[in-house]
Amino acid sequence: MANFSDTLGEWLRPQKNRMFILLVLAAIAMLIPLASSNYVLEVMTNVWFYVMLCLGLNIVVGYAGLLDLGYAAFFAVGAYTTGILTSHFGVNFWLTIPVAVCCSACAGLLIGGPTLRLRSDYLAIVTLGFGEIVRIVARNLEITGGASGLIGIERPSIFGFQLNQIVHFYYVFLLLAILACFVSYRLQHSRMGRAWQYVREDEDAAEAMGINRVAVKLYAYVIGAIFGGVAGCFFAVKMTAISPETFMFQQSVLILLGVVLGGMGKIPGVIIGAFALVLFPEVFRGLGSMRMLVFAIVMLIIMLYRPEGIWPAKKS
Amino acid sequence: MALLEVNNLALSFAGLHVIKELSFTVEEGSIASLIGPNGAGKTSVFNCLTGFYKPTGGDITFNTKSIVAKKPHKITQMGMARTFQNLRLFKSMSVLENVMSGMHCRSKAGPVGSVLRTAAQQREEAEIKEFCETCLKFVGLLDARDRIASNLAYGDQRRVEWARALATQPKLLLLDEPAAGLNHDEKQQLIELINKIRDELTITIFLIEHDMGLVMKVSEKITVIDYGEKIAQGNAEEIQNNPKVIEAYLGKEEDEIG
Ligand SMILES: Nc1ncnc2c1ncn2[C@@H]1O[C@H](COP(=O)(O)OP(=O)(O)OP(=O)(O)O)[C@@H](O)[C@H]1O
Ligand SMILES: [Mg+2]
Repeated sequence: MANFSDTLGEWLRPQKNRMFILLVLAAIAMLIPLASSNYVLEVMTNVWFYVMLCLGLNIVVGYAGLLDLGYAAFFAVGAYTTGILTSHFGVNFWLTIPVAVCCSACAGLLIGGPTLRLRSDYLAIVTLGFGEIVRIVARNLEITGGASGLIGIERPSIFGFQLNQIVHFYYVFLLLAILACFVSYRLQHSRMGRAWQYVREDEDAAEAMGINRVAVKLYAYVIGAIFGGVAGCFFAVKMTAISPETFMFQQSVLILLGVVLGGMGKIPGVIIGAFALVLFPEVFRGLGSMRMLVFAIVMLIIMLYRPEGIWPAKKS
Repeated sequence: MALLEVNNLALSFAGLHVIKELSFTVEEGSIASLIGPNGAGKTSVFNCLTGFYKPTGGDITFNTKSIVAKKPHKITQMGMARTFQNLRLFKSMSVLENVMSGMHCRSKAGPVGSVLRTAAQQREEAEIKEFCETCLKFVGLLDARDRIASNLAYGDQRRVEWARALATQPKLLLLDEPAAGLNHDEKQQLIELINKIRDELTITIFLIEHDMGLVMKVSEKITVIDYGEKIAQGNAEEIQNNPKVIEAYLGKEEDEIG
């Protein structure tokens, strides 16, 4: 396993090989709906959805090195923003996206602003608390539909064409996943991406080089929150119903797992992590309730033998 | 004119007085040194200057502005750069990327510009790269630009730290024991480099060093501290003949023997 992925990593180094692989993969992803059942489409749509969430959390955890145990909260903020605005106020779905971006960014600022000055263990606890607070607030407010949540969220349409089939959502989420990859890639290879890595590797040295560590972390936190928020918007209209239980602590842990499993800070790794997250329980459905146990064991083995994640690290 | 002026600087940790009423100046365009026995408080002085420690008293004026209680990154932005006594490189990053960290505070592209790769962002990236390559060339490490920093020989890792500090485009460069761990040849190159930084880049240099040969050769002014207190100040000759200095160093050696 380790050897295989090392060789693969070696072959993927040249830009040309990489572009080729990416194009082939994108083509396959585009063609999947032509030859698959609704069940497969449903699962694959879920994969793209988790790819986006994991890439968002990867900015916080993988790039900036901050442990966030409440990521589902941002996803909830996005989903509820869209749910509330469309069903209570009749706002067009597409207009709710910028609002959700603002709301999740504000949530990111609100929780990150005061806590990012702390060292990271405290942050983990605060984010965990924040995740629970958001869920409990959603459970108790009238506008969020209380414990039963919001139902009958209207399906969006684009140029008069309503998105209501699973195949439509398949393409929507595929597009979102590709967009998330693109944004992540560009960010990673920029001044901001480097600053995240400096702070992650040596906070004091980064500060001595003139990097404002709090600001840099806050950027990561807010951008990660926006990814989650946007994913939440589309989640709400795909499901047409959302409830507080969707955004439980387990959800945050699951997303975090995807990031860590594939390899923090590495886009292909995170994508693989998201795939594993969704596909594993599906593939082993035959095992019944045993599958989660098997899943856990496989994950333990991967963590033990490849603590840096499935995807190989770059070396030179 | 004094580029750096320290007045009655004091620092204590839980009642332990690490620096006591320390005053000195560093003239613009000079090469100055801070020396003293192990544990005298030299690194602590640097940490106060660069904002890593909050002094318990006194004042620090840099380039006519008070910098006490300012954040480290602000002080770097104002033109003070440092190296660390123990190497503090970004280990898994390339040499060039390490040096590019210094340019962070001299550039400004944000996340939106980076995602869109605007013309301004691309121009800035090119400028960052070019300037950092100049810094690497200056310390003689351009060939190693794409290697991972932690794979370099120790002496070369030191050079990466100097290049990185130079990339912040400082007015004042603080070097904490730059010669530690270097061999004889590397030390000679270091002496040349220090002079070159001052003469060609007109950067003022303030350094901590245990290698007395090196200190005496490069410094125009030396400040000696012991137990956080200034015990002498002057040029190389004055310091070498100062009885208090001799006592501080010899006394220390006796302690070590006994
Ligand atoms: N963060 C800290 N907390 C408590 N004590 C400290 C701290 N930093 C330094 N000290 C103490 O201050 C004294 C001076 O330390 P410092 O590192 O400044 O000495 P130095 O002159 O640089 O020594 P060396 O030549 O060994 O590098 C030491 O006794 C040290 O234990
Ligand atoms: Mg020291």
